[in-house]
Amino acid sequence: MRLSRLWWLVLFLAVPLVLAACREEAAPPPGQTPVAAPKEAVKVGFMYDATGATQLIGVAYKAGFEDAINLVNKKGGIDGHPIQPIFCEHSYEVPKGVECYERMKAEGAVIINTYGTPITQAVIDRCHADKIVCNFPGYGAAAAANGERFPFGFPTAASYWSQAGASVKFILDRWQKEGRPGKPKIAFLYYDNPAGREPLDVLRAIAAREGFELREYAVPAPGVEMSAQVTDIVQRYRADWVITHLFGRSPSVSIKAFKEAGFPLDRVISFVWGSADADVEAAGGWAVAEGYYGLQFTAIGTDLPVLREIRDMYRAEGKTPPDIMEKSNVYYVRGVAQALMWAEALRQALKNEGWPVTGEKMKRGLESLKGEVGGVVYLNLSARDHEGGGSLRVYQAKGGRWVLAQDWFQGYRDVVESFVYR
Amino acid sequence: MINRECGVFKTTYQADMALYTVPLARLTVLAFLVFFVFALPFLVDAKRLVWANLVGINLVAALGLNILTGFSGQISVGHAAFMATGGYTAAIMTARADMPFWLGLIAGGVFAAVYGLIVGLPSVRVKGFYLAIATLAAQFITEWTISHVKWIGGGFQASIIVPSASLGPIVLNTEREKYYLVLALAIVAVVATLNIARSRLGRAFVAIRDRDVAAEIIGVDIFRYKLLAFMISSFYAGVAGALWVYYLGNANIESFRIVESINFLAMVIIGGLGSILGTIFGAAFVTVLPFVLEEVLQNLKGVIPVADIHSFVAQLRFAVFGGLIIFFLMVEPEGLNRLWRNIKDYFRVWPFSY
Repeated sequence: MRLSRLWWLVLFLAVPLVLAACREEAAPPPGQTPVAAPKEAVKVGFMYDATGATQLIGVAYKAGFEDAINLVNKKGGIDGHPIQPIFCEHSYEVPKGVECYERMKAEGAVIINTYGTPITQAVIDRCHADKIVCNFPGYGAAAAANGERFPFGFPTAASYWSQAGASVKFILDRWQKEGRPGKPKIAFLYYDNPAGREPLDVLRAIAAREGFELREYAVPAPGVEMSAQVTDIVQRYRADWVITHLFGRSPSVSIKAFKEAGFPLDRVISFVWGSADADVEAAGGWAVAEGYYGLQFTAIGTDLPVLREIRDMYRAEGKTPPDIMEKSNVYYVRGVAQALMWAEALRQALKNEGWPVTGEKMKRGLESLKGEVGGVVYLNLSARDHEGGGSLRVYQAKGGRWVLAQDWFQGYRDVVESFVYR
Repeated sequence: MINRECGVFKTTYQADMALYTVPLARLTVLAFLVFFVFALPFLVDAKRLVWANLVGINLVAALGLNILTGFSGQISVGHAAFMATGGYTAAIMTARADMPFWLGLIAGGVFAAVYGLIVGLPSVRVKGFYLAIATLAAQFITEWTISHVKWIGGGFQASIIVPSASLGPIVLNTEREKYYLVLALAIVAVVATLNIARSRLGRAFVAIRDRDVAAEIIGVDIFRYKLLAFMISSFYAGVAGALWVYYLGNANIESFRIVESINFLAMVIIGGLGSILGTIFGAAFVTVLPFVLEEVLQNLKGVIPVADIHSFVAQLRFAVFGGLIIFFLMVEPEGLNRLWRNIKDYFRVWPFSY
């Protein structure tokens, strides 16, 4: 009996070998040989996840990035150089992320999107050692905004610290505009993990300076049950405003819970990972979430100029634009924004320092970005500030879509900077 | 290991306890050593060296778990917690107290061992499933403590950045330099485990596993040996955790999740409980298989009509990985080590059946 089992095993192991062999002859060079752009491609790395808790974000994010890169290449690339993305799915696992990084490095990537906080933390040292730019918009360490301490780390757009500052500023401005006396009582409802706790100290510092009352409510993982916390906030603490900082399924749970507790949702503002269409839909639709505020570090909506161009690109090829772009497109647009930001940085790098592009040139290219990029993201990067000023927008759920409630603004930059540069 | 051991008759206890049962074993071990030291790091690229390093680190931890679960029969689903303890100890020592990395490694191991001793205390009272739940509690408590106590976790994001490991003027920066550190520790761990297994200690562990009452009757101090098993196992985990921290240059709680604990159990069970060669197989299998699967499945581009092959493969990888684990356990429930022995037995008499 042993014999037959063994041969099965041998057969079993042979299958992948055959597959691998098939590839050698079947697959022509995968370079796609771009006809329009005869110049050498610039390689960029993009990690994301297609499985696990955050796959909803990962898949849309990657699709946006890929489409925007295709758009840039269709338009002739950067100064004739096409951008060649290297995708690597890491399932939000650190070992896989390290492997992705090494693969991208071996293939010659000059800039890498290190998706996810733990992966970012794990590879940031390598980025510095190898002089490859690592970009981590909206996750990763807020402290990496310090360009002098983290020369190759870019937490562009807005870190959790900046989001904390901006959300408090937004609330206090509203409070003043409404002409209400005193200071609001603010509750901070956060996911109890390292990323969730990151803004706590900044919030406390702002509360101490402004003299408003702040109470913190932790939601333990997996964050799908928070009725106790919400009841506490609404009935015992009687908060005037709530700031939420939740991930995955939990933002939608919080919307539903506040609705059920009778708390007005136009007194709730969410950080960037709780303000997507998907959160609203999972909470029970736009009617439930009416009034809910969400911070965004990119412009959102389906009528952005760049999205029109992508739509035209799809139509020109005789395809229909993907659903992911037309419907729940917050994460899609974040991917687009990142691609445009990289393309612009690359343009600067090529203009100022010429071919070949290296990680160091890319870094200086990014550092030269000022103002609105591609109509989707507002940056003010410098060698010192790798976050780009932390400008955000606030959108409000209104009548079935996100309506702009406040254009690009910053909050308590001095407090945030005192943490970044300490 | 891979040599043929027919015609070996042991006539003395010394022979029974020998590290190399046949002279050829010495040569094969030497050959493997030469391969791993001189050939492997120069034959493969950095990406594959990442695989080797991950296997090495996981091997150290899995050997520890095998001492506890495989040899002593004490189940633990909190192995990653001991890794975290060792890792954060090392990180705090190097990053804050400016100690050399080798001291951090040892301290990580020692501190984890002490912690393991405390966590192991219930093992004297409870067995089986109940002990599994007790160690599960340890996993949760450790995760919570590290991410909430600022002094340990380092505040923001519960992560501590650690400077590169260095031995005097040599700084271990590249993948290959780190490989040698990992290899050295993996070898030490394997040799130490071999020696534990063939000495009084290992035999006491096995006696407790097979029948604790009988072991007590023949004079094995159960209290002492159960706790020793926990301590030794945690020491391995602590060293592995410290190694992981130096390897990444950063201690982060998200690397020491309960999933990792389960992964280590998987390595030990798939490799073969109580077998050192099996642990090597298991660690390599569980660590490298997902990577290999991904590479193989990427070749299906064009075969499967999916637009986004990257994302599809990521999904498929999990299904195939799970399927393979079931497959190997069905083919040989006693693990890869037993499978390997069956193959050897088969070819020893080949082409004759008996």
